Amino acid sequence: MSTTVVNTGTEGKTWGGGTKPLHASYGKMMMWFFIVSDALTFSGFLAAYGFSRFKFIDSWPIADEVFTHVPFLHGQEHPMIYVAFMTFILIMSSVTMVLAVDAGHHLKKSKVTIYMLLTIIGGLIFVGSQAWEWSTFIKGSYGAVQTKGGNILQFVDTNGERVALKDFVVATPVENVMHEDVNGLVSEAQGTTPTYTIENVIHGLESHDNILVRTQALNEHGHPTVLSREESLNKLKSQATQVVEGANLHHNEYGSPLFADFFFFITGFHGFHVFSGVVINIIIFFNVILGTYEKRKSYEMVEKVGLYWHFVDLVWVFVFTFFYLV
Amino acid sequence: MSAHEDTHAHEDHGHHHKETFVTKYIFSQDHKMIAKQYLITGTIMGVIGVFMSMMFRMQLAWPEQPNVLFEAVLGKWAPDGVMSSDIYLALVTIHGTIMVFFVLTAGLSGTFSNLLIPLQIGARDMASGFLNMISYWLFFLSSVVMVISLFVEAGPAAAGWTIYPPLSALPMAQGGSGLGMTLWLVSMAIFIASSLMGSLNYIVTVLNLRTKGMSMTRLPLTIWTFFITAVIGVISFPVLLSAALLLIMDRSFGTSFFLSDIFIQGEVLHYHGGSPVLFEHLFWFLGHPEVYIVILPAMGLVSEIMATNSRKPIFGYRAMIASILAIAFLSTIVWGHHMFVSGMNPFLGSVFTFTTLLIAIPSAVKAFNWITTLWKGNLQMNPAMLFAIGFVSTFITGGLTGIILGDSALDINVHDTYFVVAHFHLVMGISALYGMFAGIYHWYPKMFGRMLNKNLGYIHFWVTAICAYGVFFPMHFIGMAGLPRRYYTNTNFPLFDDLANVNVIITIFALIGGAVQIIYLYNFFSSIFFGKKAPQNPWKSTTLEWTAPVKHIHGNWPGEIPHVYRWSYDYSKPGHEDDFVPQNIPLKEGEEELQH
Repeated sequence: MSTTVVNTGTEGKTWGGGTKPLHASYGKMMMWFFIVSDALTFSGFLAAYGFSRFKFIDSWPIADEVFTHVPFLHGQEHPMIYVAFMTFILIMSSVTMVLAVDAGHHLKKSKVTIYMLLTIIGGLIFVGSQAWEWSTFIKGSYGAVQTKGGNILQFVDTNGERVALKDFVVATPVENVMHEDVNGLVSEAQGTTPTYTIENVIHGLESHDNILVRTQALNEHGHPTVLSREESLNKLKSQATQVVEGANLHHNEYGSPLFADFFFFITGFHGFHVFSGVVINIIIFFNVILGTYEKRKSYEMVEKVGLYWHFVDLVWVFVFTFFYLV
Repeated sequence: MSAHEDTHAHEDHGHHHKETFVTKYIFSQDHKMIAKQYLITGTIMGVIGVFMSMMFRMQLAWPEQPNVLFEAVLGKWAPDGVMSSDIYLALVTIHGTIMVFFVLTAGLSGTFSNLLIPLQIGARDMASGFLNMISYWLFFLSSVVMVISLFVEAGPAAAGWTIYPPLSALPMAQGGSGLGMTLWLVSMAIFIASSLMGSLNYIVTVLNLRTKGMSMTRLPLTIWTFFITAVIGVISFPVLLSAALLLIMDRSFGTSFFLSDIFIQGEVLHYHGGSPVLFEHLFWFLGHPEVYIVILPAMGLVSEIMATNSRKPIFGYRAMIASILAIAFLSTIVWGHHMFVSGMNPFLGSVFTFTTLLIAIPSAVKAFNWITTLWKGNLQMNPAMLFAIGFVSTFITGGLTGIILGDSALDINVHDTYFVVAHFHLVMGISALYGMFAGIYHWYPKMFGRMLNKNLGYIHFWVTAICAYGVFFPMHFIGMAGLPRRYYTNTNFPLFDDLANVNVIITIFALIGGAVQIIYLYNFFSSIFFGKKAPQNPWKSTTLEWTAPVKHIHGNWPGEIPHVYRWSYDYSKPGHEDDFVPQNIPLKEGEEELQH
């Protein structure tokens, strides 16, 4: 440039060139935009969930009846208690993350270490709880019967209390039929065949006067419709196609299979994010212990993974809202 | 990593790292080399995509007639030289995919964002050279996967570039729904990752690494469009990712997100409750912004080239920026106009009609600004300028039919006919291609240090321009006559017999237009080695890239980065000897900065 002293005309304005116009490093900004992008992916899933749920607005499973289990308390119904615990843990791990970032600003290595460790533990508890939640959901609780149209019939007693299949149906021993295909001998049962046949269920219903069929259609009070004794038997005999126990990607004893599809996919996708967040946190944790950031005189990496961690927590708040609360 | 260290890392680029062949030409982290890699990969994909269109145009003109070319190229897909309907559908699908994503998204915005962002804002390189390199190589990988999918036993994906389920969701639905479709999805997933990394880099580089004095309102419009394009990409591609992931679940794990009540050969499939319309919503939430991802960079290149070659400041600089922002915002709320015949509630249709027609306003602002930039300019008719003017022409022609298609009441009559094909090819296909050609003719000296041959450029432009209109103008009429798109042949419908000759004319124009690209390719590749040596500033342009040395160095400028004292359009400014004042020239005593 020439030797004359000139100004660029941007002095005194918010942005006069050089680095950091927004007082953020490019790495932190990249994390923010990555979060925008990831948020849109989740929005796509949640919008799809809303779209599908709206389509089955009068028969969507009620979360209070699905997520009632708490570890070590078998046979008791405590709707939402366990997921509330999970959510609390996750949010607390966000709090410890904030404390780690703050300690990083003050270059306090030992505090960062402790808070990062607590964050990692919180994340692991959450992922573990998620796994337990999945396995409980897959195992199911009462069992139900699926109809030709793909709807679900559940069983209640005359007081409206749910009745499990095992309480009134007797299984006929099924011979495990083997047949040969390209993969060699394969059991036809494939491990997913229900314990009971439709005939067992019909027989069980016939021999227990106090059991009625409940359909998924919600009545004017917002409760599932309970059929009369006669209607129950007719419905079961004319439309039932198979017994469903628990939930998987094809069937769902709690109602629409889409509920299970979305539950597995969205919580799975979120769980994958939590898991990768934990892995990244562990890497950063070791870097903190090794003093990498101490030498750098900057704990910005902790701040960047902190952003990601808070984002993952925030997404859970939405997933929790849409699957459990609404 | 602190920002402080980052700046150091960048300033070091000039004088360490001994470069080997591999780090210089293959795993390069230099944005200029990555730009060239994008361009050449995009060109190869473009040749494949255009060649496919030549083949299916021949089928449409001379339906089911044996052809040596088919026999040689398609092999078992053309028994006795007759193109089979399966491969016809696959060709249409892959042509669309390649042209939209691989040529006009990665090839266009990947090339010019990489080349121009650091050079025009005065940065040593992209914010993260490493991420930039990964971004290119993921793009390369996705291109390879897409090309491999052409060679699988059951054929490549054939569900159309929009891959609507159930054709794309059920592996047994058609030949291409099997492995071909899987590879398509894998390729696109990699492509989305590549695009995300590229976009993040472009955004933070524009925000964080501008040189002293380069305020947002002094940025060339190219940078504005690349910036906003990257933002749209970050917002819309992830939604395609969600659609693709759900589709993969449906395909491979038996979920029912997009499927319900399907019977195949009397057998009931277990899918229950899903909706293919949901896929359309997710897809077009990307799909519509995607056309702006394609067209905005072309608009930026054209704005820059027009101002330079008119020797006039761009007309309405701030209006241009405002219209870019308006287009970006509106692009995310108009996707429903692709779905007017999907059983959409007419009221919702009218909402989407309203938002769609709103886009006409910023688009018209831009079109008028280009024309007024030309008005009374000292026009330099070089090939880049011709292509830029060609862009405005096809953008207006195609844009006018957009008003028809954006209106639900009118759209229903011509939906899925060749009218639509004509519309989007002109407004985003040909236009974006012209923008790309204009950019290549203009910035070739910056990329390769040599000039392209001008006369070959003139031949290239005029033949291409005549053929492009020759192909797509008649399509409006056959579309109005009701000819549906994507049909393998129209001979089974006596209704369309009268249109047979028009199809032949279109195909002849297409073949000539395709063939003339060979002249361009020859010009491009031979000029790399034998072209005239480029001067420092061949087009007498004001922007910073022309102050960097012709021979590339890692770090762009030897010594200090130039500072910026004025906006990028000081052409023919009174009181100056030259008719252009580069941005790094300080204001003279008493000189006012232009109010723009």
